[in-house]
Amino acid sequence: MIHDMQPEFIKGEYQEATLELYGGIRRRVLYNESEIPYPDGKLIVSTTDPEGIITHVNQSFVDMSGYTEAELIGAPHSILRHPDMPSAAFKDLWDTVNRGDKWQGFVKNLRKDGAYYWVKATVIPNVRQGKVVGYTSVRRKPSRTKVEESIKLYSAMIQQERA
Amino acid sequence: MTFKFTVSPDFTPDHLSGWYIFNTWLQKQTDSAIHLEIYNDFQLQREAIAHDQIDLIYANPFDAAMLVREKGFMPLVKPQGESDEAIIAVNADSAIQCVTDLKPGTRVSYTDDPDVRLMGMIMLEPGDLDVGNIQGVPCDTYILVAKHLLQGDADVGIFLAEAYDDLSEMIKKRLRILVRSQIGVIHHSLMIGPKLKDKKELFEKCLLKMAEETKGGGVLESLGFKGWEKVDEEEMEFMIDLMDTLNV
Repeated sequence: MIHDMQPEFIKGEYQEATLELYGGIRRRVLYNESEIPYPDGKLIVSTTDPEGIITHVNQSFVDMSGYTEAELIGAPHSILRHPDMPSAAFKDLWDTVNRGDKWQGFVKNLRKDGAYYWVKATVIPNVRQGKVVGYTSVRRKPSRTKVEESIKLYSAMIQQERA
Repeated sequence: MTFKFTVSPDFTPDHLSGWYIFNTWLQKQTDSAIHLEIYNDFQLQREAIAHDQIDLIYANPFDAAMLVREKGFMPLVKPQGESDEAIIAVNADSAIQCVTDLKPGTRVSYTDDPDVRLMGMIMLEPGDLDVGNIQGVPCDTYILVAKHLLQGDADVGIFLAEAYDDLSEMIKKRLRILVRSQIGVIHHSLMIGPKLKDKKELFEKCLLKMAEETKGGGVLESLGFKGWEKVDEEEMEFMIDLMDTLNV
């Protein structure tokens, strides 16, 4: 289950966008320019079912996303989707894991309070008795150099997508 | 038939006798003949696993995937409340204040403990460091990792958190922690091989009751553990998947 973002949870001024998410879901998101630094030494871990619905989150996920565990479990992973992320990045992610391969990339995630945080994400299929039963995603602290490169790359990709 | 038991070579040296005591206790409890073989390094241990010479292992999380997926091992238990964590430390007088101060060419001292080195290298990534642009300073023990930092032969050291915490106060005063991991879900496990499959339930039952038993409690103390807790197959699969993501 995923809802539009609500202004009462957003700190300070914000912008608004409507995202077209996987599965034909439309979501109104509210976001600002406040970056939350990724904490040292921690990993954000989550698992989803094969459709990308969250089935498990660790405490770091809860802390960084700003959502409660109850709000996250059962929601699509795209609850973190930031409008500055190009659709092509997620298409590449899904194409890769659907082939049974690991995907790795840098992602700008949107928090419940409209702020954002950058991660280096790795997603792998969970294979049990030869069947994909879900996906595990592990996020770690990215290097600033890689984040700067990603900002430029994603901005160019978004311009292309809108052209 | 005598079964062969081995322990991941990264155990704390103070606990070596504890593993022999544990093996004696386990043999009596399960009425099984088990020989404890200690290997000096990971390579020799992996060769023994590859040749199907091992039936029971206290395994490093790094080797868990190979044991489960290639050799048909099953998880039994893990030490209660314990997880493997890593520390990045520098000489207390070092100008380095955080990982992002580090530059390519940084001299990094580490042991051959594979999961700790993996976690340590992940914690160095925010400084744009990777195996391709650091100068590795391999060491046999964590004491030597500390020694290289104190002597200025290495800029940063990667420690198993438990080993760092066990360093003498005098040494710790001359070092400084840059990052301590807080991962929580990576741990060593006692795992049972295919030849002991029929005894899995018996082993599990004995191990889970061990802390309540008079003799068992003393044996656990000699290993530095409070008790054992069950690891089910899905928990092990989850850790293997997680280790897989870290290996990318």
